[in-house]
This record gives sequence, structure tokens and C-alpha cells, in this order.
Amino acid sequence: MTNRSRLELVCPAGTPAALRTAIGAGADTIYCGFRDETNARNFPGLNFSKPEMEESIAYAHERETKVFVAINTFPRAGREQLWHRAIDDCAAFGADALILADLGLLAYAADRHPQVRRHLSVQAAAANADAISFYTRNFGVRRVVLPRILTVEEIAAINREIDCETEAFIFGSLCVMAEGRCSLSSYVTGNSPNLGGVCSPGSHVAYREDGDELTSILGAFTMHRVGRDVPAPYPTVCKGSFAAGDFQGHIFEDPTSLDASRLIPQLAKAGVTALKIEGRQRGRAYVGAAVRTLRRIVDDYAAGLPISGNALAHLSEGQSMTQGAYRKVWR
Amino acid sequence: MAEDKSPPRMSLTMGPLLFNWPIGEWSDFYARLADEAPVDTVHIGEVVCSKRLPFYLDAVPGAVERLRRAGKTVVFSTLALITLPRERRDSADIVHNTECEVEVNDIAALAHLTEGQTFRTGPYINVYNESTLRFLARLGASCVCLPPELPIDTVDVLGNMARSLRMGCEVWSFGRIPLAMSGRCYHARIAGLTKDSCQFICARDRDGLTVDTVDGAHFLAINGVQTLSHTYCNMIGDAERLLRAGVTALRLSPQSCDMIAVSRAFRDRLDGKTGAEEAMRRIGEICGDAPFSNGFLFGKAGAEMISGRNSA
Repeated sequence: MTNRSRLELVCPAGTPAALRTAIGAGADTIYCGFRDETNARNFPGLNFSKPEMEESIAYAHERETKVFVAINTFPRAGREQLWHRAIDDCAAFGADALILADLGLLAYAADRHPQVRRHLSVQAAAANADAISFYTRNFGVRRVVLPRILTVEEIAAINREIDCETEAFIFGSLCVMAEGRCSLSSYVTGNSPNLGGVCSPGSHVAYREDGDELTSILGAFTMHRVGRDVPAPYPTVCKGSFAAGDFQGHIFEDPTSLDASRLIPQLAKAGVTALKIEGRQRGRAYVGAAVRTLRRIVDDYAAGLPISGNALAHLSEGQSMTQGAYRKVWR
Repeated sequence: MAEDKSPPRMSLTMGPLLFNWPIGEWSDFYARLADEAPVDTVHIGEVVCSKRLPFYLDAVPGAVERLRRAGKTVVFSTLALITLPRERRDSADIVHNTECEVEVNDIAALAHLTEGQTFRTGPYINVYNESTLRFLARLGASCVCLPPELPIDTVDVLGNMARSLRMGCEVWSFGRIPLAMSGRCYHARIAGLTKDSCQFICARDRDGLTVDTVDGAHFLAINGVQTLSHTYCNMIGDAERLLRAGVTALRLSPQSCDMIAVSRAFRDRLDGKTGAEEAMRRIGEICGDAPFSNGFLFGKAGAEMISGRNSA
């Protein structure tokens, strides 16, 4: 095989320690966010303070690793300064790209810091070439993180038409809804992932024992009930078990996570520039193992070697794996 | 910034029909809206599933003409999640039509605007803050329908800013609340079918199919690729508060209940012919056993109904 492009591996870091682990494991690029509501993984105990961000970017650059900073929630009216400051700080710290979703924030970044690369977050749910072209034309967006609702064929068609790079999720948890446009969590809890960066917040989760069964509750609604010997799933609305008509079960998605590693050749042929690992909320051990394994797969592919099929199975934590929308099974 | 001394008259908008109704019911609905409903603006167009459009496309020109003759402003709404080439073409065609203003529900439609063309944004476009509103105004937006999850303090900021920018500002005020869109059709999925082989089973459910928790509590409703609330949003008791926030129109979203009666109840409330309590009672009678919600407006879970806050 010749002409195999070398795909960029974009890896998650929820903490400075995870950033160092991911770099050690072979990440080309780290993505991370500030410890506040400016990023869409605003979970307690995660993310970077300003000094940590500055130090971590310097640490990564010394090791020839890039850092992308996700400022990908939608600023609250009347409080936009928090988001603007985050962008200004990234520019000052030398971040390699800003990952943005909000139109107003894209306008701000393009206006104030035109020299800093702008990437379109998956939270913008730009699922077609027209939308992507709108962002490249208006804000000089250089890369789009593709929504996890597209098939490989659709990605290839998009790449033929647009004049920016694309980044595709390859491994980790899976949102089945168009992201950045989902109010399921706020309907149940009052906390909007778009505004606060937290989906299905732990503060609204409860588990209740009912005889031999364990019930997982989010807000006022039951998401699951399982036998006590089965690990209780975290109550996220789109992964819950419900009844509709004669159907009983996982209406929106089975509790699976994404493993599209076998599709790396197809994604490369579809013109994808970068592969993204989900998991900023994960610990160092998981991040290290996922990055190391995918590093090997990506390097094997670039070297013309076959791709091992099940290399990531040990990271699935007992969940089944899916190739998500990339294969046409949703259609 | 100069502000009007008295707020302008709040208008009523009938949003696009989100469900897959048979063509006969579709036509009757728009005919009755034209003839009987005290709404100012009526949206037509397929927001949820592009496969449904061929069933009623031929009836659109007649409906538009009848609505216009009745003095209604007609707006064409675009699809909320565009992925297929056919959907992109349809969307471009709608934007290029010269007949009606367009409501954009996927950013893709903005790419087709011609210089100087005005447009509206629907509830599926994320307008959360001043910078976004300003950007859209510069681009030619004449009206925004805010995302239904926005709380009143945000509506205050954006409504008053929209007024100073001379834009309309709409708030989702009646009907099941759109909560999520997916690439996957849930009506098809639970019937063991896929989106391409769906057999249009969504047409069985005039208001979407209710999703219950394992405890039997009504929770959500599925409508093809769309997930809605089970509750009906009902802001009839909050109309005064919304007017103070600078909101210029309340959006009513079609359900299978008597939407003429719903729009009359809202109009009477806005005109001060009924009090909030009486208005609420009337909506309750029209909707039968549908539970109501307005929790998003008060920063609570969207499923909640917060009462007695209309003068907050």
C-alpha cells in the first residue's frame, strides 16, 4: 500500500496528569477545557485552572504535541465575558486551536484573535457541506468535528465539497442525538448541557433498591431498573430503558459505546484528517491504554499493516461496542 | 437606546406541523387556520423528516394562497437536521423561493441566502446570547424563535435586545417541546425497521408516540427522528411576563386538539378578555388530559409546571 495518509490522533485530557499520560502514550494532540461552564465536560473535579492550562500547553509544546481547547458551550446571555476571557487566555497561552460551537463566540474569536485556529465543535452539529461552508466562510473555521450521526459515505461526500479539515470520533461514549441541540437532560434536571456543560448531572441522580432490583433515577424519572447482581447503568436519558407502544427497552440506544477502529481505513479514504478519542471524564489508566492502543492501530495502518479487530475490547467495561452511525445500519 | 413607551401588541404564530398527518387532515388544518384562527403568522414546511414532504407538497400552494387571502403572514420552515443531498437541495429551493420569508432550522439553510435577503431562525438554531443575536441581525434575521430551554433571565436580555435591533422575538408557548433530533428514526427502530424502510408508521400517531418510564410514568414522545416532551408547554399564564421581556410573539405548535380554540384562548388572554386563571382553565378543557409544563422558563426541569408566577 502506498499513499496512506497519517491520521492525527486527538486525545482527551480531563486533568493535567491525564494530559501528561496521553502525551506519553503517543497523542499527536490533546484536547481539554477550563474548569468552568465554558466547556461541555464540566464535571466536578475535572478540567484545567488557568495556570494549569498555561503550564500544560507549554509542557505539550516542549514534546511537540498540540493542545486544542474546547470552549464549546453556549455563553449565557449577560455573562459572555467568562467565555470571552477563556478565548483571550487561550490566545495568550499559545493554544493550537479553539474548539467552538456558538455563533457569537466564533464571531468574537475570528474578530479578536484571527491568528488562532478555529475548529467547529461537535456541539455545533454541522452535519452537511452547506453548514460547514457557512462556518468556514463566515469565521475562517479550519476544521470541523463531525457529528456522530453520519455514515462513512456521507463523510466522504462532505469532504469532497468543503475546504477545511474534518475530525471524526473513533472511540468512547456515544451521543445518539445531534449534539448541542439536545435538551433531554435539562427537561429532566433543569441543568442545560448547552449552558452549563453537564449532561445528566450527578447531583440529580439517585439509586433505589426495590427488593431484588436496583432502580436508577434522574430527576423525577426512572431511567432503568435492573437486577441487583447487574451493575446499575448511569441514568442518562438517551441510554435509558422505556416503553413505547408494544416496545419495551432501550428506545434511543442500547448501552453501547463507540469503537470505529476497524473503520480507520474507510475514514482515511473518506478524507478525514484526525481521529478523536472521547473521554475527558476518564481516568489516566483508561486514557493511557486507549491512546496507546489507537496509536498502534493508526501507525499500523499508516505502515500498510492490517488492523487488529478487537484491540480495544478490554476498555469497553463490559459494554457492547458499536460502530455507531458510520455503518449504514441506522438507515 | 430609545425604547417604545408601550409594548407593541403581542402576536401569535402557528409553528410548523411537526407530525405526519394524512393529507386530508393536513389540508383541513390549514384551511381552518386561514378561516378561523386569530393567529398572525403561520409556518408551513417539513421540519422533522424529509420523507414526509412528498405527501403534502402539492397542497402547499393552495394552503399558502388561502392563508394569505385571510391576511396571515406565511413563513416556510426548513428541515431541522439536514444530512442527505436531497435535503440540501430542498432546503436551498425553499430559501430561494421568492414568495415567503424563510425560517432557518439548520445552519445549512443560511448558506443559501442571497444578499439582502431577510430570514427568521427557528427554535432549533442556538440563539443563547447577545453576540449570536447581533451576528444573526447583521446577517438579515428579522425574527428569532428562541430555543425552548431558555430561562426568563435570558429571555429578558434577548427579548429587549431584539426589540432594540427591531427584530421579532418568539417564545415556544404551546405544544409538546422539541428536545432532540437524531440521525436515527425511533418510530422505525422500535418497530424493527430502519429510516429507509420505515413504512411511514409515524403516521399512526397524530401527536407522536408516548414514551413511558418502566414505572409507567409518561415521559417523552417520539416523532420519527425527533424526541419531544410528553407534556404540552403552556405559557398562557406567563404571557404578561413574556411581553415585559420584549417577546413579540408566542409560538403555538400544532397538536391534534382543537388548535383554533387554543389560539382563541391565547388571543383572548393577550387582549385582556380573560384572566390568567380563566385562560388556563380553557386550555385545560381543550387539551383533555394532557399535562402542562413551563419549567424551562423558570430555570427548573422543563417537565415541571410552575404556577402563580405570571406576575413574577
